[in-house]
This record gives sequence, C-alpha cells and structure tokens, in this order.
Amino acid sequence: MSNQLRGAEIFVKALADEGVEFLFGYPGGAVLHLYDEIFKQDTIKHVLVRHEQGATHAADGYARATGKPGVVLVTSGPGATNAVTGIATAHMDSIPMVVFTGQVSTALIGNDAFQEVDSVGITRPCVKHNFLVQRVEDLAIIIKKAFYVASSGRPGPVVVDIPKDVTAALTAYEYPETVEMRSYKPTTQGHAGQIKRAADLLLSAKKPMIYSGGGAIIGDASRELTEFCRLLGYPVTNTLMGLGAYPGSDPQFVGMLGMHGTYEANMAMHHCDVLIAIGARFDDRVTGDLEKFCPEAKIIHIDIDPASIAKNVSVDVPIVGAVSNVLKDLIDVIRATDHKVVERHSDDWWRQIDKWREIKCLDYDKSSALIKPQSVIESLHRVTKGDAYVTSDVGQHQMWAAQYYTFDQPRRWINSGGLGTMGFGLPSAMGVQLAFPGATVACVTGEASFQMCIQELSTCLQYRLPIKIISLNNRYLGMVRQWQEFFYESRYSHSYSDALPDFVKLAESYGHIGMRIDSPADVDTALDEAFAMTDRLVMMDFITDQTENVYPMIAAGKGQHEMHLAPNDRELA
Amino acid sequence: MIEQHTISILLENEAGSLSRVSGLFSARAYNIESLSVAPTEDPSVSRMTVVTAGSPAIVEQIIKQLNKLVDVIKLVDLNDGARIERELLLIKLHCSKPDKRAEFKRLADIFSGEIVDITEDSYTIQITGLPSRIDEFIQAAGSRNIIELVRSGVLGLQIGNRSLTT
Repeated sequence: MSNQLRGAEIFVKALADEGVEFLFGYPGGAVLHLYDEIFKQDTIKHVLVRHEQGATHAADGYARATGKPGVVLVTSGPGATNAVTGIATAHMDSIPMVVFTGQVSTALIGNDAFQEVDSVGITRPCVKHNFLVQRVEDLAIIIKKAFYVASSGRPGPVVVDIPKDVTAALTAYEYPETVEMRSYKPTTQGHAGQIKRAADLLLSAKKPMIYSGGGAIIGDASRELTEFCRLLGYPVTNTLMGLGAYPGSDPQFVGMLGMHGTYEANMAMHHCDVLIAIGARFDDRVTGDLEKFCPEAKIIHIDIDPASIAKNVSVDVPIVGAVSNVLKDLIDVIRATDHKVVERHSDDWWRQIDKWREIKCLDYDKSSALIKPQSVIESLHRVTKGDAYVTSDVGQHQMWAAQYYTFDQPRRWINSGGLGTMGFGLPSAMGVQLAFPGATVACVTGEASFQMCIQELSTCLQYRLPIKIISLNNRYLGMVRQWQEFFYESRYSHSYSDALPDFVKLAESYGHIGMRIDSPADVDTALDEAFAMTDRLVMMDFITDQTENVYPMIAAGKGQHEMHLAPNDRELA
Repeated sequence: MIEQHTISILLENEAGSLSRVSGLFSARAYNIESLSVAPTEDPSVSRMTVVTAGSPAIVEQIIKQLNKLVDVIKLVDLNDGARIERELLLIKLHCSKPDKRAEFKRLADIFSGEIVDITEDSYTIQITGLPSRIDEFIQAAGSRNIIELVRSGVLGLQIGNRSLTT
C-alpha cells in the first residue's frame, strides 16, 4: 500500500503537525531510524547537544521562555538515564516538555539487551505521565496525547519510550486534530461560590497579602495578576518561581519571600490577616516552620492542581482552576462592589510594611576592595536595561540574581527552583537564545555549577548562540560554605573549588571570548564591553569576595518573622 | 487521628497502571494495608480496591494524588457512605488426626466456609467475609495448625443504588 509510512516517518510528521520548532537531542543505536528521517527534512531543527542532560535543560529553558512544550530525543539506556535529571527538574517546576527515548526492540525488552533500561519505570516518579509505544498503530495518537498532557492542566514532562522496531514498522498515518481522554480532564474554571467568598474575605481584610508563584507565569496570568493587585492596592510578594509575574520595580511589590526573601515580604506574610496564594504551593523554602506560618491569616488558595491545595497548609477558601480564569472572575466580582483601592500613604498596614522596608535588608558593603557579587547583578541589570532573559544555576549566585535583578516581565527569570539542579543555567540559556535569537540572554552562574554542564559551550559555538555567561567565582560551593559557616562551625567540608581551570583560556578553546574581572572598578566596563558583542558568546569570570553570604535568611526550622539579617542590619530590626 | 479508609479506583487497564498507583504510595510514604486489582466487565478498565490508613489530611492528599494520576478514571472513598466489604481467605491446615479433621470441619461450618481441597494430611478451607471475620477464623484455627494461607485483600462496593462507573 502506498500510503503506509514507517514509524520513523510518522514520528517526524507528527512533530511537524504539532508545530515543533526545535528538537534537542543526541543520537544512538535505538534511534537511528528516527535520525535518518530527521536528516531528510528541514521543518524541525535538530539541536545536537553534548550530553543528554543538556538536551533536557535546553528544552526546558525553551519552554519556560516561550510557554510552548520543549521537545527532546535521546537514545535508550544511558541516553535515557542521562536525561532523567532534566526531566525531574522540569517536573518539579511544572514545565511542559515531551521527551522521546529510544528503546530496544519489543522482542528484546526484558532481556537485558545492549543499552536497555526500563525508561518508563525509571522516569515514572518524575514525569506527569509516560508511555511505552508497543505498536506502530499507536504512535501518532500517543504523540498527540503526550503533547496534550504535557501542556494542559498543571503542565509537566511526558516521556514517550519508542522501541526500535516500532520506528521501522509500517502503518497508515493520520494525526488526530484533538484528543479526548476519559481519565484526564483538568478543571480550568473556578467555582463561582468560592470566588465570591474569596472576594468577600479579601475586601474585609485589614492586613492583606498577595503571594503569587510559578503558576502565575506558567499559566500566563501576569496581566490578570497585575490588574488584580492594582485594583486592590494590596502588597504583593512573588516566590522564586514567580518573579516577574508582577513588575518587580512597582512600589506595591515588596520583594521575593521565603528563605532568602526580603525582610518586609516575610514580615508582612507573618503578620497578615488575609493571604491569597495564587499559583503557589507553600513550598518549605517559602513557609519555614509550618507551625509558625502566617498564624493570623485566613488563607485563599488558587491553583489548577487540587493536590496542591491543603497539602502543606490548611486553607479557608480553596479555588481549583486556571489562575488566569479565576483572577478574571475575581476581578469582575470585586469591580461589581463599591470597594476602594487602598492608598499606600494613608493605610496603617502599608505604613507598617514601609517601616520594615526602611531596614533595607538587601544593602551590602559597596566600599569593598573585592568584587561584591550583588554589585555584579546590579550592574547586569543596568547594562541590559532590565530587559534580559536571565537563566541561572543553583546556589548563592541564583539567590543574588533573584534578589538584585529586578524582573518586570514574566518568563524572563529562568531557574531550577524546585529540584535545584546545578548545571541548569548554560543549557537552559541555549533554549532561550534559540527561541529568541535577537534577545539578550544572560546566564548567571558560579564556577562550581558551571562545570556541571560545561560541555555545552561546544553546542553554543555550533549554533552561534551569543549567550553572556556571568560567573560569580568565589572558589567555593558558596551556599554549602554558607551553611557550613552558620551551622557547622565553619568546618568547610569539601565545599572549596580546587584545581579550577583558567576559564578565559577554556572559553577561548571552545571558540568563545573569555574575560577575567577581579577589581570592582572594572565590573561595569567589562559588562558593557561583553554585551556590546552581540554576536559572540562571552564567558565572564568575576573573581568575587569569597566570604560573602546571602542575606536575609530564614534558617531551617525557623518562622518567617525570625529572619537572620546581614550583620549591619541586625540592630535596626 | 489515624483512620482506615477503603478506596475504590477505576483505572485504565494498561501496562504499568498498577505500578503508577503503588509507586505513588511508596514515593509519598503513604500506607497500603491491602490492594487488589482485576479487570471489570469492560476489559479496558480495571477496578482496584486499596485499604490505606492515615490522618484525615493525609487521606485527603491520597485521594487527590490518586485522582491526579493520568490513568485514574474515577475513584470513591468507600468510607464516605455505607459499604459492603469482603475478603477471601484460602488456608491450608494440618489435619492428619481424625479429631483435628472433625474440629476443622466444624470450624469451617461455623464460618460458612468450604473445604476446597483434602489430602491425608491437610484441609484447604475457603472463607469469605469481613476482614475482621477472616482474622477471627485464623485465630480460631491456631497458628500451630496453619501450613500456609493467602488473603485476597479487601474488595468493596457502595451499598444501594450508588455505583462507581465510567
């Protein structure tokens, strides 16, 4: 029959029909038929990474920046296991991603064949869902389902495991327009009665607080959130994952909350009488000790995932639905009342918050002869006019980027908040830069994190990705060192970076530009110079103050009102 | 306050569905007292009965997390209303002596059981009933007399016209 296609052809056609732009991948034995079809077409651009972890993080960065699912193709066995860290990273932060893993032929499954691993079993706990394609007839519908499940409801990664013989077998191809799954129907509209109750509670508040998280960004609800906050005039805080959903430079914004959040955000949380949580999940890094969390507050919680509600904190008004829809409804209900916008200057609650603000908890020593890492981020903000996509790795530099780069737009701050994956920064920046070739993309990293996916510098050259890498090099695993200083009497067990490479030469050997900056006086000019090179990747090695700590800090087991402030701020609080 | 709950689940009868449910319980450190699963009259649907235990907040999370599994079609907490629960026991008992044979025959009759296999040295008895009734039988049989036993785990349905269907 002439209209019969091979599985590999179906794979490529289905991705094209799904509108996939980029496929981040790495070939191997089990996926050779697929790669042969990829070779024959140019609709889908394949990006060859240097390690499968890089492929998943790149797809993840692409998804976070664009809102579209990131797509990955890796081979069986080690290809799949190398991808697991990136899959788990996306899962923890609810990022839509479809990961195709090659598998040994169906006849060999279970026989401990070469490069065989139970990919469906290994990934089950860290995916939204996964599939093993057992018959070529199921391939197209499974691909359709995978994209639907990954990008609807609370998004997440979906793995599709495809045995090699399925990619060679023949069947007729038809890509379904839509898909219906009797077992999967996410709730997107909020309950009208609950929304009315939430509005009443909000309008009765004397000390209200708006706490929004990653759900406001992933759910594309930034506009509704901003309108909602302005309609009420209430203070707003964002989680690490939620930065940029509400403009960071707006006076209503009291900064990030949580372990390294601002004093004013955490104190306002602790003292508020009504708290509305919007697409946030009361993570332990936000709440601190649950026994001491928001002791006086009635809590409203909007989330698309019912399982997120009342998981850690009991809630007075739960609302299940897409954040954007629920906020629209809530705005309508509030507009229909005779409410007045709270005026900051005449409101007791705002006066209290502004008093907490006066402590200026993010101040740091600007007269040091050493480069202060915070100053590099402030400079980065100035040079990029606050308009860059900023990806980060994990550790102190991540917190400083979150604290000092004021994000005014959603999808600009790209970091591994949930899993905390070192190595995320550079490959995720590749995904962002590919999605937006003309945009300014900065990867804030440290000398330790950066080395975890350093091989992707080669991919950056191959695809001419002019990412700017800002490495805050303190010769330590800084966050580990900080905890050891505070809680282990400064016994710095294996938290130093020894035998570091010369990062300038290293960047050059990969075909990029390297810069080493070790004086505070050179920070601005170096950044200006680097960002002026719009067609080159520049790796900037900032030699920073080794002893700098991230402040403020809520230690484990403490309440939000028990912050550890920077030494100079302590007598003020 | 730990309560025991019996949860009935309809799920897609697909490879790996069972491990999604059991994996959820182990990953989140939830308790499984018993679990039984088999296809329904519709071969594409399996029905699972899980007996779990936890505080009300944990049980609420278990139900939400189960509902979140993409393969789960529908579920009901049977504790929410009147229910009928049954368990099946197959138990093999030593009984080479005539007095033992008579004793176990009587015991099986008292529990409305049936002797389903007989050898010179043993009886295999089948009992159905509430799990507590099964416990009582096992107790009455006496641990020294037991060669081996197997329990099906609890099965349950809502009483009356209420039902769990796709």
